[in-house]
Amino acid sequence: MIVVPRPAYSLREKVYFWEIAKGLLVTFGHLARNLWGAALRNRTIQTWEYPEEPRPYPQRVRLLHRLVKRPDGTPKCVACYMCATACPAVAIEIIAEPSPDDAIEKRPISFVIDELRCVMCGFCVEACPKDAIRMDSEVGDLMGTRREDFIFTLDRLLEMKPRAGAYLGDRELEAKRKAGLI
Amino acid sequence: MNLDALWPLIQFLVPFLFMFGFVVALMLPTMIFMERKVSAYIQDRRGPNRANILGIRLFGMIHNVADVIKLLVKEDLEPKAADKTFFRFAPFLVMTIAIMTMAVIPFGEPIAIWGKALHLQIAPLNAGILYIFAISSLSVYGIILAGWSSGNKFSFLGAVRASSQMISYEVALGLSVIGILIAYGTTDLAEMVRAQGANPLTWGVVLSPIGFLLFLTAMFAETNRMPFDLPEGESELVAGFHLEYSSFKFALFFMSEYVNMVVGAAVISTLFFGGWQVPFLSTAMIKQNSALIFSGMMISGGAVLLLISVSLIDAIRRPFFAWGDRRDHEPKVFLPLTLLGGVGMLWLGLGVIPGLDIAKYPWFPVVVVLLLQITAFCAKTFFFSFFFIWVRWTLPRFRYDQVMQLGWKYMLPLGVANIFLTFAFARLWLGWLR
Repeated sequence: MIVVPRPAYSLREKVYFWEIAKGLLVTFGHLARNLWGAALRNRTIQTWEYPEEPRPYPQRVRLLHRLVKRPDGTPKCVACYMCATACPAVAIEIIAEPSPDDAIEKRPISFVIDELRCVMCGFCVEACPKDAIRMDSEVGDLMGTRREDFIFTLDRLLEMKPRAGAYLGDRELEAKRKAGLI
Repeated sequence: MNLDALWPLIQFLVPFLFMFGFVVALMLPTMIFMERKVSAYIQDRRGPNRANILGIRLFGMIHNVADVIKLLVKEDLEPKAADKTFFRFAPFLVMTIAIMTMAVIPFGEPIAIWGKALHLQIAPLNAGILYIFAISSLSVYGIILAGWSSGNKFSFLGAVRASSQMISYEVALGLSVIGILIAYGTTDLAEMVRAQGANPLTWGVVLSPIGFLLFLTAMFAETNRMPFDLPEGESELVAGFHLEYSSFKFALFFMSEYVNMVVGAAVISTLFFGGWQVPFLSTAMIKQNSALIFSGMMISGGAVLLLISVSLIDAIRRPFFAWGDRRDHEPKVFLPLTLLGGVGMLWLGLGVIPGLDIAKYPWFPVVVVLLLQITAFCAKTFFFSFFFIWVRWTLPRFRYDQVMQLGWKYMLPLGVANIFLTFAFARLWLGWLR
């Protein structure tokens, strides 16, 4: 059994007032920095103005899925079912058909991801042999009022754009943070 | 017009309107706003800034409006087990008592007007401090009624805690002021302020520093504020004595807490910080140099407003403040106001007043005295109101046995010792000063 000795209070601590004054100075320091520090750029506020202030994501963030196109505009996906097999949540449903292109065996006629089932594990991205599915679209937070809003079909997945904004840890962003611009 | 018949009414209405306006209409919303914003900044958050009217947010002040609307519109629940009569009566009792305390607080030197003296005090009682103790000890009834009539164990526990705590600290509260009562030789608050004089070295806080600390601590316990907010103790009692209250009845409890604080702050500044006394400027001195002092007031006020304008210009120029919504335009609205006010005050202080023949306007010195003293009183009260909030977000809550230990074992003996200490020290100190 370990007995942790309780530290004995010194007389100054027992009198309270000195320690309370010290505490008050600490809190007032924070108050003053955050109240007047806006102009001096030394605010210590840790929270984000979320919808207005785009939240920088960490570099290895997984956002919503998107399907990559070939230069001619057809989906890169060859309907190999690797992602659907890897998916632990059974969120991906693919229907394949023979591809008209002789160099490619199959293509998807339907590629549906149910984002309500998805657990954002990223196994599908790792499993894909053609780098056709990625999780770097610009949508990180999906909102909807109906179930259908979360069902991503082939067309919808192909329309998703890659994220353009900065990631956390980017040099520019860090410089901006230091300058107090965000 | 028969002035004599109307005089009691005037004597009541003028201070009443000022005090009520200051405490309830001005300080109450400010306190609630400050509670949120100060707590946020102390904890490195931004604080509330979402509530808006057509996109105008006023740094979160609109949240007060949202509060009022919410509390008025919400369903007013009454638990089945509650004693309906007392359940409805308790919030009114608490609020009434909170407001009643401010009746004896003087906020300015009595002014001579129409050949009479207008006391700037709602009730010029000669037993002022006793009245405050009498009324503030009544407030425990409201809390007990609220907790007991709710028919809820948590409420009841909160009420029991509140009553034992408030009764314990009442003793220390009473003892801590006896020293300065002897030093001033009066119980009339207006007389006490006059006895303290304009020199800060003769104020209560210098005569009786231990008494001040005891009074301050006991005041925190009396108003159930943070280190002593056991009656609410949300970690143990959900919300304490006002647990079952909703809608406007809850709002009354909520507001009475802040009114109590503001009045407590006013009492502290009256007893220990010279009330309406302006540091180093006695009434006679202000009256003699009224033009100079008024110019000084105007110049310093104008300078402050111009400084604010500069920071507003900065705010408009910097990308830091750009949110991409209407908040960006708020500084643009305030800028002309502060600029105009600042320039106007500087013009009054530098251009108009020095060229004025003051002897032609006998009312001028009176107005300057009034303005300066009321400003001093309001500033002191504001500081101590802020202090209540500041302490709340600094200190953790005491454990219940610690509260009782502090009250009975330390503050009570200290309070008794303080009577003799203050008496001896005040004698020596005031004698030495003279």
